[in-house]
Amino acid sequence: MDEGRPLFVQLAEQIESDILSGALPEETQVPSTNEFATFHRINPATAGKGVNLLVDAGILYKKRGIGMFVAAGSRARIVAQRRERFENDYVRPLLLEADKLGLSREEITALITKNITEGTSR
Amino acid sequence: MSTIVQVSGLSKTYGSVRAVDDVSFTLEENKITGLLGRNGAGKSTLMSLLTGQEFATRGDIRVFGASPVENASVLQKICFIKESQRYPEDFVVKHVFASAPWFFANWDADFAAQLIDEFRLPTDRRVKKLSRGQLSAVGIIVGLASRAPLTFFDEPYLGLDAVARQLFYDRLLEDYAEHPRTVVLSTHLIDEVSMLLEHVLLIDDGRIVIDDDAENLRNSATTVVGTRAAVDSFVAGHEVLHRESIGGLASVTVGTLDAQDRAAAAAAGLELSPVSLQQLIIRKTGTTTREFEQSA
Repeated sequence: MDEGRPLFVQLAEQIESDILSGALPEETQVPSTNEFATFHRINPATAGKGVNLLVDAGILYKKRGIGMFVAAGSRARIVAQRRERFENDYVRPLLLEADKLGLSREEITALITKNITEGTSR
Repeated sequence: MSTIVQVSGLSKTYGSVRAVDDVSFTLEENKITGLLGRNGAGKSTLMSLLTGQEFATRGDIRVFGASPVENASVLQKICFIKESQRYPEDFVVKHVFASAPWFFANWDADFAAQLIDEFRLPTDRRVKKLSRGQLSAVGIIVGLASRAPLTFFDEPYLGLDAVARQLFYDRLLEDYAEHPRTVVLSTHLIDEVSMLLEHVLLIDDGRIVIDDDAENLRNSATTVVGTRAAVDSFVAGHEVLHRESIGGLASVTVGTLDAQDRAAAAAAGLELSPVSLQQLIIRKTGTTTREFEQSA
């Protein structure tokens, strides 16, 4: 984790990424707050805040006396959220940098097409 | 959450030196608080006052609801690991751990034994023959295994190598998670411990400069980098914590930016980067402005 951004936000994003990648499948138990804290070497209260962020969002749910689980359908919801942000987070910065370098639209499109056909992204 | 320590209007003067200057704050139960500040800022004096080892010149201290001075019922709940703890002349290391349970009701001998092993501490050696790092390890083990409801660590890692320091942070975090208690950690090594802290007290020149949650602080400053003109027009109207410039470029640290500010910065071609707790504290306690004039 990097130091400059709130750690609980970073932890929540990390857990979401793990759900997305399948490392934390739906309806399986996730590590406890204390386990997250010692693994990431962060304060347990901070880890708790990150986990609660996902509980409030319905991504995780509590089973009383057992622990925290990944909610059914949460993977699809994370995919939807991240798709919404994809343009802002990836496409716009790409075009901004391309602009600085004086790359034309045709050159950018050609680069993306080339990478798709070469299978860099899948 | 209940308050463990309540300090109001506290001052301590030595002759003409104001080591602690009209300080007021509280410490909440079961939080790890970082007591940060430069050398001579007043950290150790403050901890000595809170543990009843110094008398206040002015002001009021309540620890577990009462004054700590000469108060056994308060002091038996406190463990204070000092930077330069003195031990009886003829003590060998194992005597320290044999006598610790007399003072600390929650002493865990098994945990102490585990830590002695992990820190590779020679228990039959005389305390005064220990290296600086080994002496620090003795203090750390006492501080952790005592599980006192209120534990102070004053620069506990002097002479410890990086491996041993990491061991200290890991064991502190694990044991705190299992046995929550109130911990005050005074340190210079802010980058090493900042992720462990829930709350931060920054003391500078005897005064409290920051009293806030660590997570709020992580969000509280951003550095803006770009051409001098663009940066200057962007930061107008924002609180400027720090400014550096070189030639036509400027790097300015400002307070919290909202989404609108961030969009404006991106549109103006400015780069934004987060500020670590350590950087923020240097900004708050160091010099505020530095100009590098371009030499011809």
